[in-house]
Amino acid sequence: MGQTVIAGVSVDLNDEGYLNDPSEWNEDVAGEIAKEEGIELTDKHFEVLHYLRDKHIAGEQLTIRKVGKSGITDIKGLYQLFPGGPLKKSSRIAGIPKPASCV
Amino acid sequence: METNVQTKETTAKKVEKKPLEKVLIICAKGAIEDVYAALVMANGAVMEGIEAKLFFTFFGLDAITTKQMNKLHTGTIGNPAMRMPGGLPFPTILGMLPGVEAGVSSMMKSQMEKLDIPPVDEFMDMITAGGGEIYACKLATDMFKIEMKDLSEHVKDIITIGQFYEMADGERTQIIFT
Repeated sequence: MGQTVIAGVSVDLNDEGYLNDPSEWNEDVAGEIAKEEGIELTDKHFEVLHYLRDKHIAGEQLTIRKVGKSGITDIKGLYQLFPGGPLKKSSRIAGIPKPASCV
Repeated sequence: METNVQTKETTAKKVEKKPLEKVLIICAKGAIEDVYAALVMANGAVMEGIEAKLFFTFFGLDAITTKQMNKLHTGTIGNPAMRMPGGLPFPTILGMLPGVEAGVSSMMKSQMEKLDIPPVDEFMDMITAGGGEIYACKLATDMFKIEMKDLSEHVKDIITIGQFYEMADGERTQIIFT
């Protein structure tokens, strides 16, 4: 998909709409991508997004189980925040790669 | 490198695909690998926004019976794919010894835990949190004299196979049997 301007920032997107470089991300970019997914971001969303980014940058593989145990929200809450794709959608909005885990 | 600046509208443009909408998964066996295959598929479905219904029947009922669900074993006899740690074939005669099946089973569980794959009851928590539904087979519960009170809180109901098929409405539904 290449270079795309989101919220005034030129970001490098892959074919599935994930940021190729997580460092190009900011909260406005997140807000725009979230809108495409039909999600209006709240503080709770941002807590999850920052958690995902921190873990990703630390090199950890992400699972919904891990997010559910993060203390930010439980798994049910995660599904409510990002309906129809808790880990996939949140990862895309967080500007990190598509999750590669099966759980 | 030349920068090809596109508008944000194009980011929403995707190739037209017709994704799966619903999966009905039937689990008729109670070994760790049979049950987890069903659970991974169901959880994977709800994580992708695909509706998932799980139907446990015959020995698969162990996976939803409160007393048994977290004590599942894998069979160490008659499984040609069973290997020793390191990859050597696992002699069937070894699998007959007391404690071997339990040891192999707990080793499998600890390997799964390392991959963040939860115990059965927690896995069902995750599936139902995502809107997945879990059912027990009426025929098999009658046969094994199991009642609703013996089953995990995650089990929504005891239903017939006919009722389960009724849930397979909609165009993009698949039924999977493990």
